[in-house]
Amino acid sequence: MAPVADRTVPELVAAARGGELRATARLLTFVERGGDLAEQVAEATHRHVGNAHVIGLTGPPGSGKSTLTAVWTIQLAEEGRRPAVLAVDPSSPLTGGAILGDRVRMAAATAAGVFIRSMATRGHAGGLALAVPGMVRVLDIAGFDPIIVETVGVGQVEVDVTAATDTAVVVVTPGMGDAVQANKAGLLEVADLFAVNKSDRPDAVDVRRDLELMLDLSKLTGHGRPDAVARPTIVSTVATTGRGVAELADAVDSHLEALLNAGLLEARREVRRRAEVRSHLEHLVLAASAAAVEAAFGAAADAAETADEPPGVTARRLAERLLTNPGS
Amino acid sequence: MADATPVRVVLAKLGLDGHDRGLKVVARMLRDGGMEVIYLGLRQTTSSIIDAVEQEDADVVGISMLNAGHLTLGPLMVDALADAGLDVPVVIGGIVPDEDLPTLAAAGVAGVLGPGSPAADVVACVRAAVAGRGR
Repeated sequence: MAPVADRTVPELVAAARGGELRATARLLTFVERGGDLAEQVAEATHRHVGNAHVIGLTGPPGSGKSTLTAVWTIQLAEEGRRPAVLAVDPSSPLTGGAILGDRVRMAAATAAGVFIRSMATRGHAGGLALAVPGMVRVLDIAGFDPIIVETVGVGQVEVDVTAATDTAVVVVTPGMGDAVQANKAGLLEVADLFAVNKSDRPDAVDVRRDLELMLDLSKLTGHGRPDAVARPTIVSTVATTGRGVAELADAVDSHLEALLNAGLLEARREVRRRAEVRSHLEHLVLAASAAAVEAAFGAAADAAETADEPPGVTARRLAERLLTNPGS
Repeated sequence: MADATPVRVVLAKLGLDGHDRGLKVVARMLRDGGMEVIYLGLRQTTSSIIDAVEQEDADVVGISMLNAGHLTLGPLMVDALADAGLDVPVVIGGIVPDEDLPTLAAAGVAGVLGPGSPAADVVACVRAAVAGRGR
């Protein structure tokens, strides 16, 4: 077998579909880097997807996401399923480097045959929103099911990534703050179900009560997810002992079933497709606007005019030029 | 400034050796050098490291040893990667006497970093190891 570096994208895709992990890993690298190869991978994979249940898992740092994922995926592997995890951690905005530590908590899952890929956010605007769907597609065509996308629920992009899945799980823990905090966090609104982790702590009952209250209010004001199939289930877990993890797995499976029965799965995937097109478009527009601004300040003819007008006026002038003459 | 595509490093303690403070410091140095560090932590085996290298499509492996096992475990790691068909260089960090350096180099270890190595040297050593691979 030729080394992965010597093979074309279609050859790698065929190998990945045949279960070759190294081919899958290299395709993930191509998608993560973006550019021509990423487009080739998208071209070669997008018609073959749709078999995997895509699950988003998010929550505050230290809430036990990785530990929970490890126990959960080991159970899935024991049931004969082929789970994969895409674990996203932030890059340093200063150096572009990152410490990706999720595997430390998931050593037993690796040993049980779970495929884990760590990914840094790599800072570039919207990069995560571009790369994650493409990487999920690669894992999908490679036969993994379910695919768990784990992110730290701190930024809007992470929340969006979680929302762009079939089933969004939000992990909360005791000591996170009271009901007011729960309402503040936009992250709670995307949840299809909640895991109250570390629920062996005495104040876990308070978290559950606050979540129930929040869900009651969402129902009253109609501010839940528009495509929700049911009121989100709340599952109590203790990841370190495995308590409640089987219930969480059941609740996640039930959610998929409910989506299918309600005919909402395809609708959700359609929304996801639109969001992805928009992410790509925004990426292109951002690049074009950065170039236009550089040109406006750089070219002698433009520079004098630019110096003489308010920034908003310059922007509108550039926007008109971009939209009527996209090549410039 | 950040690389267009950051170097991906798998960092681990190989074998029975519970001292990981050095490895954590190295993880920070490499992160600050713009690399993505896939941190495996304590008590890893050649096979758990190979699983990680394979799934993460890593460019280089860094193993830390403070237990005098480098002459056994260093070549073991290099050979295990080669046997698995993975063309990935190995850098060792830890307490390595000077007289062992030629043996490790002959065994295919791409670089050795001793105690007190400055961050710039650590980053340069890993970069040099990856540059030898070229992909």
